[in-house]
Amino acid sequence: MCSTCGCSGDGEAVITDPAHTHDHDHEHDRSHDHEHEHDRSHDHEHEHGTAPHVHATMTTETVTLEERVLAQNDLGAARNRGWFEGRDILALNLMSSPGAGKTTLLVRTIADLATQRELSVIEGDQETLLDAERIRAAGAKVVQINTGSGCHLDADMLARGLRVLDPTPGSVVLIENVGNLVCPALFDLGESARVVIMSVTEGDDKPLKYPHMFRSADLLILNKVDLLPHVDFEVERCISDARRLKPDLEVVQVSATKGDGLDDWYAWLERVPARPG
Amino acid sequence: MHEMAITQSVVQTVAERCKGRQVDQVTLLVGALSGVVADSVRFCFDMCTMGTDLEGASLDIVDVPGRAHCRECDELVELPDFIALCPCGSADLEIVAGQELSIQSVEVKV
Repeated sequence: MCSTCGCSGDGEAVITDPAHTHDHDHEHDRSHDHEHEHDRSHDHEHEHGTAPHVHATMTTETVTLEERVLAQNDLGAARNRGWFEGRDILALNLMSSPGAGKTTLLVRTIADLATQRELSVIEGDQETLLDAERIRAAGAKVVQINTGSGCHLDADMLARGLRVLDPTPGSVVLIENVGNLVCPALFDLGESARVVIMSVTEGDDKPLKYPHMFRSADLLILNKVDLLPHVDFEVERCISDARRLKPDLEVVQVSATKGDGLDDWYAWLERVPARPG
Repeated sequence: MHEMAITQSVVQTVAERCKGRQVDQVTLLVGALSGVVADSVRFCFDMCTMGTDLEGASLDIVDVPGRAHCRECDELVELPDFIALCPCGSADLEIVAGQELSIQSVEVKV
């Protein structure tokens, strides 16, 4: 739908269940649910159209719309939120820059919690099924959403992905957004909570550089802490900057590869507060 | 970066609500704290309107500065970004303006 600076397409993301990659019927069930929201506008015209606009210069009239630009996405997000609540599903929107370790963290989480929580995953990437294959190999149900030129998931893409994923009631759905610290922050998906993952190799100034992202997060996972001895990264500065943007932001420090701190992440998963709709 | 999606959403919403009428001008409110860069929306607008009822329309963007109410000193203060403090030193600020991202009005051909 969007393009990072110069998109082309008509916004059609491609949704793939890697377990059924030969089957393409999923691509054609898309344009169904756009009609409902727009039946409200018509009542602004009457006040202006009756006067005889005889003078040739008076050829336009003003129609007041006062509509939020993201209203349509937010409506879709509200529907997703209800969908999750009706099935008692915990849905987490995981966001980070590319390479922060989202997929590695998910693979590890799926393995560690295999006997305790049922997890399934929506993978968002511009292209390829690589991440979905990693998740599937780890043993979880997964659906890949390829956004093409788009730089974020939106509520409608998620709704379509969820229909294919068909997660079990009472389970956890982990939504791995497109790697990007800018655009995903603006698009509510209807998630229960938002998690931002950043790694210590990215630099401790990320919260101040990407305030919208950190301001919208419920949990900050600081990943790759095993590399701290080798990089110039001030943990305290990073956390205090992030909390200037979001005072009640929770923080866990982990190494998804070495296992440090993962119990803190799992403990948060057990008590995650639902995001107000 | 996401401004293309934002602009597409503007064009789609206006086209649907104006029901086939030719649109001459679109007025958008874009707050300083909205996360949307007005210049990028302008850049995308002509591209997104091509082949729609908005083709050839002009885009008027009204910038809304960030403002906050300080719960400490009860003053209204300018808020250029999310980490700014009140001149009294407090960070306990409630944003009252600047997060707008809405289509205010359109001019349509009569």
